[in-house]
Amino acid sequence: MKIFKKDKTKKITNERSLEIERERSNKSTSSSSSSNQKSKKLRIFRINAVQNPNDVPHFDEFQVPVKRWTTVLDALLDAKSYQDSSIGIRYSCRMASCGSCGMKINGIPRLACYTKISDLDTNTITCEPLPNFPYIRDLVTDFSQFFAHHRSVMPFIQNKKADIPDVNELSEYEQSPQDLDKFLQFSYCIKCGLCYSACPTVATDLKFPGPQALSQAYRYYADSRDSDKSNRLKVIDTSHGIWRCHFAGSCSNVCPKGVDPALGIQLLRSHLLGISNSEKKIAKLQDRSNNNSYREELEEEEEEEEK
Amino acid sequence: MTSDSIKNNRNKNKNMTKWFSDISFLRESQIMKIHYITGVGALFVVAIHIMMRLIMPFNMSLEFENVILNYKNIFYALLLESILVLIAIHGFNGLRVILLELRQTQIWERGVNILVIVAMIGIIAYGTRTIIIANGFSLG
Repeated sequence: MKIFKKDKTKKITNERSLEIERERSNKSTSSSSSSNQKSKKLRIFRINAVQNPNDVPHFDEFQVPVKRWTTVLDALLDAKSYQDSSIGIRYSCRMASCGSCGMKINGIPRLACYTKISDLDTNTITCEPLPNFPYIRDLVTDFSQFFAHHRSVMPFIQNKKADIPDVNELSEYEQSPQDLDKFLQFSYCIKCGLCYSACPTVATDLKFPGPQALSQAYRYYADSRDSDKSNRLKVIDTSHGIWRCHFAGSCSNVCPKGVDPALGIQLLRSHLLGISNSEKKIAKLQDRSNNNSYREELEEEEEEEEK
Repeated sequence: MTSDSIKNNRNKNKNMTKWFSDISFLRESQIMKIHYITGVGALFVVAIHIMMRLIMPFNMSLEFENVILNYKNIFYALLLESILVLIAIHGFNGLRVILLELRQTQIWERGVNILVIVAMIGIIAYGTRTIIIANGFSLG
């Protein structure tokens, strides 16, 4: 009981401190907004396609307080909290790792949590749902087609030696740093769908897997632990597959994680055509590193450097 | 009609539809390999063709007698034939790629594939006929 009481008092003090903080922040925002314009216009795309299929899309405008560090997601949540609670937004982590808050901000697909309003350099911020995705409501779009494409490229390691139920021993799959480097950047993908929405081919061809799925196909194809490479290539080597990429490069431009899907697509294409010089060079280096004489040379070089 | 004959007809129809669906009997990577090779090849032969126009004044090179003389030279006739084949394959595959993006239904895809192959064969046949006639051989 004592503990409970203590907890209760702690809660009360926390609430009081929060109230004080809120008052302070309100005062600061009101004073700053009066002194110099610290509020911006937020234009939000509104539609309720699920409840009312005949709903006409329109834009609603909100005036939101803005600070130096305010992100578009913060502004949207502010508008949702204090002006219109019916605004539909999908978000989760607020730190560009879940990929939920993708939307078109001022005409470019971006993550709302990763876009600072101060970086946009405009007084009006227009938020629209991601293109190439069906609407659900307001800024929320349907990702089912996108994830279906992702699933179709088998985004998991397939190894015939693995998962043998009769063998109790744990199996180990060694991977050199050189092997890891081949696909590391592609494994940073958070499946936010920005590349898919920026792709001009997806806009016309819905059967095209899109840059995300294709770069993931390369990620698993290039993984040295994977043994089902021929099947992976078969999946994407179709009339609506990898060859329909126009190489516009907009997927790589909009990626918030620095992944270069266009590069993955080109590398996969080179594999399909039987030209993959860059990887052959890496393989040669690897062979040399396995060679003892080369190791000795390296050790000698290191010793000389130390001296 | 007996049940066997109906079954046979069905199998025939199935085989036909299978053939139409497998009209692109080459894998897409193989088709694109051919596309790139024919593209580079066409660049090469067209460059030779244009250079051949420049060995005499351009107006003269297009005179009737000179053109017929070109056709009568077997090497030049082969060069023209290779231009025809390479550009037809490259061009019609390019058209196929553009048309495939417009719609994604299977009927459209099959239709485009058939149309493109027929048009390609037709153009090559017509062009080859012209080259052969101009070369001096009679086709009966």
